Amino acid sequence: MNIVVLVKYIPNPEGTPEMGPDHRLKREGVEGALDPGDEHSVEAALQLAGSDGEVTLVTMGPEAAVGALRRGLSMGGHKGVHVLDDSLKGADVLVTARVLAAVVKRQAGFDLVLAGVESTDGYTGTLPMAVAELLDLPNVTFARKVEVADGTLKVERQTEAGYDEVECPLPAVVTVTAGANEPRYPTLKGIMQAKQKPMDTLSVSDLGLSAEDVKATQEVMGLEPVAAKEAGEVIEDPEEAPGRVVEFLTKAKVI
Amino acid sequence: MDFDLTEEQQEFRKAVREFSEEVIAPRAEQMDRDEELPLDIVKQMGQMGLFGLPFPEEYGGQGADFLTFCIAVEELARIDSSMAITLEAGVGLGANPIYADGTEEQKRRWLAPMCRGEILGAFGLTEPGGGSDAGSTKTTARLDGGEWVINGSKAFITNSGTDITGLVTITAVTGEGDGGHKEISAIIVPTGTAGFDVGKSYRKVGWHGSDTHELSFNDCRVPEANLLGEKGKGFAQFLRTLDDGRVAVAALGTGLAQGCLEESLKYAGQRHAFNRPIGAFQAIQFKIADMRVAVETARLATYQAAWLKDQGRPYKAQAALAKLYASEIAVTCAREAVQIHGGYGFMEEFPVARHYRDSKVLEIGEGTSEIMRWIIARDLGLPESNA
Repeated sequence: MNIVVLVKYIPNPEGTPEMGPDHRLKREGVEGALDPGDEHSVEAALQLAGSDGEVTLVTMGPEAAVGALRRGLSMGGHKGVHVLDDSLKGADVLVTARVLAAVVKRQAGFDLVLAGVESTDGYTGTLPMAVAELLDLPNVTFARKVEVADGTLKVERQTEAGYDEVECPLPAVVTVTAGANEPRYPTLKGIMQAKQKPMDTLSVSDLGLSAEDVKATQEVMGLEPVAAKEAGEVIEDPEEAPGRVVEFLTKAKVI
Repeated sequence: MDFDLTEEQQEFRKAVREFSEEVIAPRAEQMDRDEELPLDIVKQMGQMGLFGLPFPEEYGGQGADFLTFCIAVEELARIDSSMAITLEAGVGLGANPIYADGTEEQKRRWLAPMCRGEILGAFGLTEPGGGSDAGSTKTTARLDGGEWVINGSKAFITNSGTDITGLVTITAVTGEGDGGHKEISAIIVPTGTAGFDVGKSYRKVGWHGSDTHELSFNDCRVPEANLLGEKGKGFAQFLRTLDDGRVAVAALGTGLAQGCLEESLKYAGQRHAFNRPIGAFQAIQFKIADMRVAVETARLATYQAAWLKDQGRPYKAQAALAKLYASEIAVTCAREAVQIHGGYGFMEEFPVARHYRDSKVLEIGEGTSEIMRWIIARDLGLPESNA
């Protein structure tokens, strides 16, 4: 099985990221890491690929984004593709999807594209579907288990109530949840070998895309912090409580 | 002169740190309370290649230098000493003697599964009646019909009684050498051999999550081919093992002290007294500043000793120096960290309480502080005080 994994390098996944003057996340000159969510899709890919398959990691981002690829390669991925182009700064979901879809198209004989459910920094959760649409491939989201049997993809799709069993033909685009597996930690040998693995750096024009293709259609106009939740009210007197709760719910127009 | 670690070493340190924080930290208090080595964590450490770090790839190892191994021990100890000593003993005392002195067949049989963390090895040197004075070994092994017949007991043996312990290498008197000296040899005893009994777990002051037992041998028979290294060279072989172990224990002390420094810094920012964080008081600031000086100095001494070994140069005195200093500052940093935490430092919910209990043994194991000073004094050319 040849699998392409879409990965993202995100700034400071543990702490509070910094915003730049353009109302966008500061991505350069800050500590970063492979998105923890993507570790699960890399792990799923490594398990599915088996000993004769190949796992290709694809990312788009500034210079530092190569760190995401290196982490995936040190976990056991086989090669990396980094789309690095100044014109992609501030790219929105559609532009990013066009770029990643163009990279995937170049991977001859791929069977499956895996991605995280959503990024830990941007949280739109829409990119994998856009890539699937652009590639005209079926898309299964929220996979908590991915299997391939007789050339058919079998997915347990996490739902609020339980899970759906979904089957679909390959190739397909699948998003993998954090519940799907325990991502491995890289070994020293893996870290050493990652340095020797093939890594392609591509520009927008290398992908045959035009300036128009990568022009963001969204613009961030401003940024407001989310209003802090007000502290709740604790009613301790059991005599008084039912009346007050009814009063509260009536006021909130719930009852 | 270059004080930078290689890019690979830095990346590897980060990976071990993530593992320690994500996998070990959430369970450190529980394993301390249960006094049980979590074998599932050992398994994961094996999958990460930690137990095979300083051994060649042909035996399933990672081909790392000794410094990189010390970095792994340091990072584990920053979070939990029990897991750090499990790794240190597994590699330094379990696997290393087999790698250094084993025949090709012994390495194939024992080293490969130890590198993968599938089995743990232990080293039985200390006896109830003697530690650093290894010449006082009372355990005996005599040849009988192509087998060693072992009798005696061993004390405080790390990793010796887990469900995945595969072997214990013991030192035993195998005869009398020139001038009436005891001839000591090392012999591999596989777990499960008849006559080899693992005693109850010790009730220890610290290192609760690590596995330590007394072992007894009653007419325990193993094949003659289980001799490790040369007959009569067991003493010289184990001295070399201890030099390596001391550098690794220095790394353990450095890591523990680093953990104390970070916990203290965090607490000093959170805890308020007299309307300000306690970190605003000079009494606290100076304690934390001293901790940093101690930690960084210990780290330099440890890395230098490891580097000397990696360069193939003599490192016995540097190993003793690093072990002495790092273990003593570990005890000091842990005590001061508890002091900074006040009453909460005496509560087991805070990692510094565990660090405090875990630190003391560092001044004792793999050669006491007194033995370290003795080695350093000998290295300076000072005469034997009571020869």
